[in-house]
Amino acid sequence: MHKIWLIIQREYLTRVRKKSFIIMTLLTPLLLATFMILPGLLITMSGDEETIMVLDESGLFADKLENKKDLKFVPLAGSLEQAKTVYQETDNTALLYIPKISIDDPKGITVYGKKNTSLQTQIRLEEALEKEIENQRFIASGLDRATLDKIEANVKLNTINLSEEGEKDNNAVITSAAGVAAAVIIYFFIFLYGVQIMRGVIEEKTNRIVEVIISSVKPFQLMMGKIIGIAAVGLTQFLLWIILSFVAVTAVSAAFGIDAAPSPMEQYQAGKVAAEGESIASQDDEAPEQAAANSDEFANTIKDVKQSFANLPLLLIFGCFLFYFLGGYLLYGSLFGAIGAAVDNETDTQQFMMPITIPLVISFIMSYSVVLKNPDGAVAFWMSIIPFTSPIVMMVRVPFGVPAWELLLSMGLLILGFIFTTWIAARIYRVGILMYGKKINYKELSKWLFYRV
Amino acid sequence: MSILKIDSVTKRYASHTALDNVSFTIPTGCIFGLLGPNGAGKTSLIRIITQITGADEGEIYFRGERLKPHHIKDMGYLPEERGLYKKMKVGEQLLYLAQLKGLSKPDATARIKGWIDRLEIRDWLGKNIEDLSKGMQQKVQFIATVLHEPSLIILDEPFSGFDPINANLIKDEILRLRDNGATIIFSTHRMESVEELCDNIALINRSKKVLDGPVREIRNAYKTDTYQVIGNGHLLITSPDFEVLEQHENHGVFRANVKLLNGATPNNLLRYLIERVEVHSFVELVPSINDIFIRKVTETHHA
Repeated sequence: MHKIWLIIQREYLTRVRKKSFIIMTLLTPLLLATFMILPGLLITMSGDEETIMVLDESGLFADKLENKKDLKFVPLAGSLEQAKTVYQETDNTALLYIPKISIDDPKGITVYGKKNTSLQTQIRLEEALEKEIENQRFIASGLDRATLDKIEANVKLNTINLSEEGEKDNNAVITSAAGVAAAVIIYFFIFLYGVQIMRGVIEEKTNRIVEVIISSVKPFQLMMGKIIGIAAVGLTQFLLWIILSFVAVTAVSAAFGIDAAPSPMEQYQAGKVAAEGESIASQDDEAPEQAAANSDEFANTIKDVKQSFANLPLLLIFGCFLFYFLGGYLLYGSLFGAIGAAVDNETDTQQFMMPITIPLVISFIMSYSVVLKNPDGAVAFWMSIIPFTSPIVMMVRVPFGVPAWELLLSMGLLILGFIFTTWIAARIYRVGILMYGKKINYKELSKWLFYRV
Repeated sequence: MSILKIDSVTKRYASHTALDNVSFTIPTGCIFGLLGPNGAGKTSLIRIITQITGADEGEIYFRGERLKPHHIKDMGYLPEERGLYKKMKVGEQLLYLAQLKGLSKPDATARIKGWIDRLEIRDWLGKNIEDLSKGMQQKVQFIATVLHEPSLIILDEPFSGFDPINANLIKDEILRLRDNGATIIFSTHRMESVEELCDNIALINRSKKVLDGPVREIRNAYKTDTYQVIGNGHLLITSPDFEVLEQHENHGVFRANVKLLNGATPNNLLRYLIERVEVHSFVELVPSINDIFIRKVTETHHA
């Protein structure tokens, strides 16, 4: 036991002191913070102000085209030729020419620009014109816009979870997000650190240090020490990421004058909702009171988000996350270690990586394509029970609520699963680490399982 | 008293037999040569002794006890394929390897100090292994092998990679360790490199032990009663008791290899020579282990 501890220490310390580890640990939260803040930031500063000169020969749009924060209309009079000359002398964005048209046949409207008019400008102009033409048509047909707005329905479902503990407000989006986030983290953790195990084993093999070490300790101790040591590195990094992300997001928000939310997650959610709200508002060419209603709705959404979060079984999710995080890592980690032992260098690992990669990738894809849509379906059930896919798939299901027996069965099988893979890996490992210069195939590997060493 | 007794050890791999019923003993406190060509089975045997692998048949006794995992801390093994963690500092690496052998941290630190002074690598302690020259790495690895003061030290091809100066440095250290009571096993295919150092040897060829015992006895058993004489004068041997195997003459100086026959002694030969020529040198031609090995191997092939 003492020796395993020494190995764990070495594996941990050498990795944690590496420059790449320190850089990754510091940089990732910074990037994360940037990505969280950037969209909001971009929206607040979105683009330059555009000024459109309008020559309206139809008279339909006079004063009807509403100026916005970053889109201004300047009416012109005179002929098209005159307008063009005037436009040429300014640095305005474009010249909008509306010939004599009827609202029933709005054809021939043209935009002149010094450069090619951007798609965005084109779309915004089209929207503005369409809206106005629609308004005119409503008036012509005896309807007005206000009546129509009243008719227009806006339905938002409140989802309530009727469980034994009583009714709970629940938002499917938040529930999914929590599960998927956990699954994604587990997926990347297994890959990132599994490959580190493999590299570590290959390093020891190519350095030929392995023979010195295993004349002191059992190969199994060496393998487990490495796996556990690297797990500790991963957990350290993960923990630091959480702490640093929080610090970074708070700092960046403060620096750019955006209200810092109490947690990065909520900040992110809020940011997303804000982005959506903003883009809707910018597309709509609506009266200020509508915008006010929008922001009201926005505030409600945030309240909803917070409420939904509070209603998730956070402790259970976190507990499951830790369990599946470590369980999945141990299950796959030992297999990565076995691959490292079986080959001489990293280029030979490809053929053996396949069977490890496939169940991981499949469970990742299935989790958001199938499992998320139907978290209690047959596919979701089986994939969350089978140890090779359960660490990822079960995490997607847990926030939706999973019967206790399914959870326990899945956990039990995962424990059996990693005991099994560790057994296999240990057998391959003890033969493989002393085998040099031999091309290994699956047949050879299966023989190793039953070698007497 | 033998430190190690190898009793009918057989080891088979899927496609070949690495060791076939090999038995011999290694006396305590000697330098033992485990000799044989590449692929003879030396490394397989060492891996069984160091418990990296197990024998299929047979037993190994360490100080009279069946080999057990706890014996590991009494052994130091320098594998033929040397290796250290490249990105680890010399001092940390030595400490780590010593601790894996069961040494406490303060003990290990104290001993590392002693060794780095003796092998003159103090300045390198804080350097990464990859920044060291190959000879320097070898020194570090040698220290790692003996730091826990094992009573059995196994060195696989010990002098490969050392320049002559460092090789002598290491040789002296090995002799010092032997004088302090350690038993040393040299495993090598370059027999001449360890011949003068070894007290006992075992020869292995094609997974079988060919011969073993004290070097002096083996040589005596294989000597051919041949003497080399160098001197001035014109040598012409006519006695039936002496057979000239080889003779050269150059500017009045002769050199001849003479074999004694019919129970003649070296003194008989010397007396015979003194009456006829001026003797400058008179040496017994003892077969080298290499010669014996070749003779033995060709014998077994013919048999």
